[in-house]
Amino acid sequence: MSTTTAAEPQYKVLIGMEIHVQLATQSKMFTGAANGFGGDPNSQVDPVILGLPGVLPVINKRAVEMAMMVGLALNCQIAAQTKWDRKSYYYPDLPKNYQISQYDQPLCGAGSIELPLADGGSKTVRIRRAHLEEDAGKLLHEAGMTESLVDLNRAGTPLLEIVTEPDLTSPEEARLFGEELRRICRYLGVSHGIMQQGHMRFEPNINLHIYHHGKTIKTAITEIKNLNSFRAVERACSYEIQRQLAEYLAHPEVMPSQGKSTRGWDDDKGMTLLQREKEEAHDYRYFPDPDLVPLHIAPRWVEAIRSGVVELPIARRKRYQEVFGMSAKEAFSLTEERAVADLFDRAASLGAPVRRLTNLFLGPAAKMANEAATDQATTVLISDLPVTAEQYARLAQLVETGGISATSAVMVFEHLIKHPEADPAQAAEQLGLMQIRDQNQTEAWVMQALAANPQAISDYKNNPKKKQASLGFLRGAVMKASQGKADPKLVGEILEAKLKA
Amino acid sequence: MLNELTALEIHNKIAAGEITATTAAQDCLSAITRADPHLHAYNAVFADRAMRQAEAVDQAHTAGQPRGLLAGVPIAIKDNLCTTFGATTCSSKMLKNFHSPYDATVVKKLEQAGAVILGKTNLDEFAMGSSTENSAFGPTRNPWNTQCVPGGSSGGSAAATAARLCAASLGSDTGGSIRQPASLCGIVGLKPTYGLVSRYGLVAFASSLDQIGPMTRTVGDAALLLQVIAGHDPWDSTSWPEPVPDYLSDLDKPLENVRIGLPAEFSGEGIEPEVSAAIAKAVDFYHRQGAKVVPVNLPHTKYGIAAYYVIAPAEASSNLARYDGVHYGHRTARPENLFDLYAASRAEGFGPEVQRRIMLGTYALSSGYYDAYYLRALRVRQLIKRDFDQAFEKCDFIACPTSPTVAFELGAKSGDPLQMYLCDVFTVTCNIAGIPGMNIPCGFSQTGLPIGLQILGPTFSEQRMLRLARMYEKHHDWHTRKPVLPQA
Repeated sequence: MSTTTAAEPQYKVLIGMEIHVQLATQSKMFTGAANGFGGDPNSQVDPVILGLPGVLPVINKRAVEMAMMVGLALNCQIAAQTKWDRKSYYYPDLPKNYQISQYDQPLCGAGSIELPLADGGSKTVRIRRAHLEEDAGKLLHEAGMTESLVDLNRAGTPLLEIVTEPDLTSPEEARLFGEELRRICRYLGVSHGIMQQGHMRFEPNINLHIYHHGKTIKTAITEIKNLNSFRAVERACSYEIQRQLAEYLAHPEVMPSQGKSTRGWDDDKGMTLLQREKEEAHDYRYFPDPDLVPLHIAPRWVEAIRSGVVELPIARRKRYQEVFGMSAKEAFSLTEERAVADLFDRAASLGAPVRRLTNLFLGPAAKMANEAATDQATTVLISDLPVTAEQYARLAQLVETGGISATSAVMVFEHLIKHPEADPAQAAEQLGLMQIRDQNQTEAWVMQALAANPQAISDYKNNPKKKQASLGFLRGAVMKASQGKADPKLVGEILEAKLKA
Repeated sequence: MLNELTALEIHNKIAAGEITATTAAQDCLSAITRADPHLHAYNAVFADRAMRQAEAVDQAHTAGQPRGLLAGVPIAIKDNLCTTFGATTCSSKMLKNFHSPYDATVVKKLEQAGAVILGKTNLDEFAMGSSTENSAFGPTRNPWNTQCVPGGSSGGSAAATAARLCAASLGSDTGGSIRQPASLCGIVGLKPTYGLVSRYGLVAFASSLDQIGPMTRTVGDAALLLQVIAGHDPWDSTSWPEPVPDYLSDLDKPLENVRIGLPAEFSGEGIEPEVSAAIAKAVDFYHRQGAKVVPVNLPHTKYGIAAYYVIAPAEASSNLARYDGVHYGHRTARPENLFDLYAASRAEGFGPEVQRRIMLGTYALSSGYYDAYYLRALRVRQLIKRDFDQAFEKCDFIACPTSPTVAFELGAKSGDPLQMYLCDVFTVTCNIAGIPGMNIPCGFSQTGLPIGLQILGPTFSEQRMLRLARMYEKHHDWHTRKPVLPQA
């Protein structure tokens, strides 16, 4: 429950989400036309997509399997029998003027996920259902034209519509849920999750329970249509909460508690705008599509799909913290992308010490990946760098056994990027970065550093306040004199012995 | 003239080198030129294309290449089957200029079998009707009496086949649209089991009821065409995945110990006495051939028409939603806005019967009426299916009239939709149950109009049903009678 200022009533926020995920199948939901983003308008179509006379839909099995994977990841009941229904409405981007969807027998029934929250805790978000349908095309409105153009490339793309219960209680939770769902879909390989290309679209349903003058007032539910960024989800929810609250405060006596209206989000203005009142709600005239037969799903099929569901980001983060002893932040960073986490796990399984490996991933590897991205639109992942799990493992091992210092490891890593075939140990050798543990040589570097820094020696010996700092300074000076090749442990021993002498 | 030969005769004579495909096609095209101005069986004739196809068949024959089952057989197809050649109009102003970029599966199969496609035949607009009077391009006339309707909706195919303007044809049957015109024109018409023939490329009227089937002058030709067009199609989820049986080999072998059911509900009031008498005679023939005739009950038959006129329009209202003037088809000239574009394009493009059924169906599916109409009709559908299941425990086939009357005059029923709907009273339950049904000629009225016997059988009983029909045909000559045509 959120608390506002003393003068205002207390209220609870209820947000349920409807999410449309485009499934990254090779072909479309009900025909063999290619399923892909872009291309010339109306180039990714065939007679079925165009809704020409006489065409018939045929189910894309892969889309059903991908939907089952998401359903299983969300702990949903997979239906033993599912069917297809026609949802009728007239719009020029819908060639048949009906959409094939699933009305009362969705492929995936009730489920839930344990959503990690920003404070380190988590909450259960219940899933109401998830069903398959086909996407519509797009209308293009060009400036100066009195007519609109229709592009049907997107039409017929497999869509998974996921509906949650109203368990989200803040705009931040709504965003976190969206982000987690995107990670899950990317992990499962069912969606690329590229928000700019509309791979995922969010529709939060929001209302408030206001506790005022000893009564509970439920505001009317509003649905915000077609949000395609996490920022928009959070902002639109925030705006809508304040709008509903203000509306109540302005007219507490006429607050409607029934019905549902639809609003659009204007990202530039930062506000939601009314699109459709309840009274104008469509009668979609759902009925079973006679062109498609009901789909019977054998338990064996479900189990085969279940066995293919990979370890999901939530479980993986938990394992990294519990088994690898990572901080929550480290685990989160490393599991953000499945390919990165897979690479990490492979390197770890080759015997790499996890602490050194984590430092390599989050240090030089993250930095190099970040720098490799040429512009804002492209992302380069750690797993996209040419460094293999074997190289990571050997490099981490090298640091662990004292063969090279952490500083040198960065230089070796940069060398590996440019020479993908190189062996880390040989590279360290070649670069002259292997640690030198020779007693005499180390003593010589210590003497050299001491000779150059009399003030630090004086501080160490005479100023207790500066004792530690000057020791650190001198240690650094020795390492510098050795060009990073000295063994820090040996340096410490010799240095302290010399200073005490 | 070779246009009088059956498909099997043409096939055999070409194989024997007695005739050429070119002459067969030429004779059909000449017959069309002479008679079709009086009948209007065809919406379009592809004379040049047909001749090229026939020449290709003859060349392949000369070169000794393998022949398809329909090599050189001149065929007409109903104008609701999509073809990459010519328009696919559904006899509607809406699709008057629609050219399909793909061929229906059955069209591909016909051509792969070597058929020569002469043209596309007239129908009630979008196959909605029982007289072919609902065509936007004018009615087709019955070759036995041009004052009369040929039945419908496949009236063009029926008239063309009866008048020898093709060797055989394809129709489609949603509530009787193959069998009823076959009956009124005195030919054989077979509506296969739902799912036996691919619907891909058949412009949908009511998807759960539509089936494509052969319309021929003989039972043998029906078997031949069915052999070619039946079979699983990966483009049609509702098509049956099993292999196609051989309909031809045992066709002449009579069925033994066959039990023929006579449903009490398919007799009595509303049936013309001459029709009843002809059916009784046909049943008696089977009895004399050793068949056992048993009474059966189909108690929910009386709800058939009502259920049909909810289910079929409901599906049609959805199937025809795509004709909106946006992507293809008729578009109104100067729409004021999007709603006007939709409303005016559809009001101008669809004829009154199509509009009536779209409204009926939209109403039946609307929120608040769905349960009372659509859902209730689906329950009746289950009861009708059960009726047939129970009847087929007592008999192998059911015999009854196809149409309660012989062909009626043009205009006799066109002002009264309910009277017109009753033409389908004996045919709709077959589609509702998804079972096969066929019409064979079984006599003529005093006025010289054909009477048809309907045979209904359990699902996928076509092989035996054809043999049963052939038993009758072998001992009767109705199918050899020819209508006298007016000549141009």
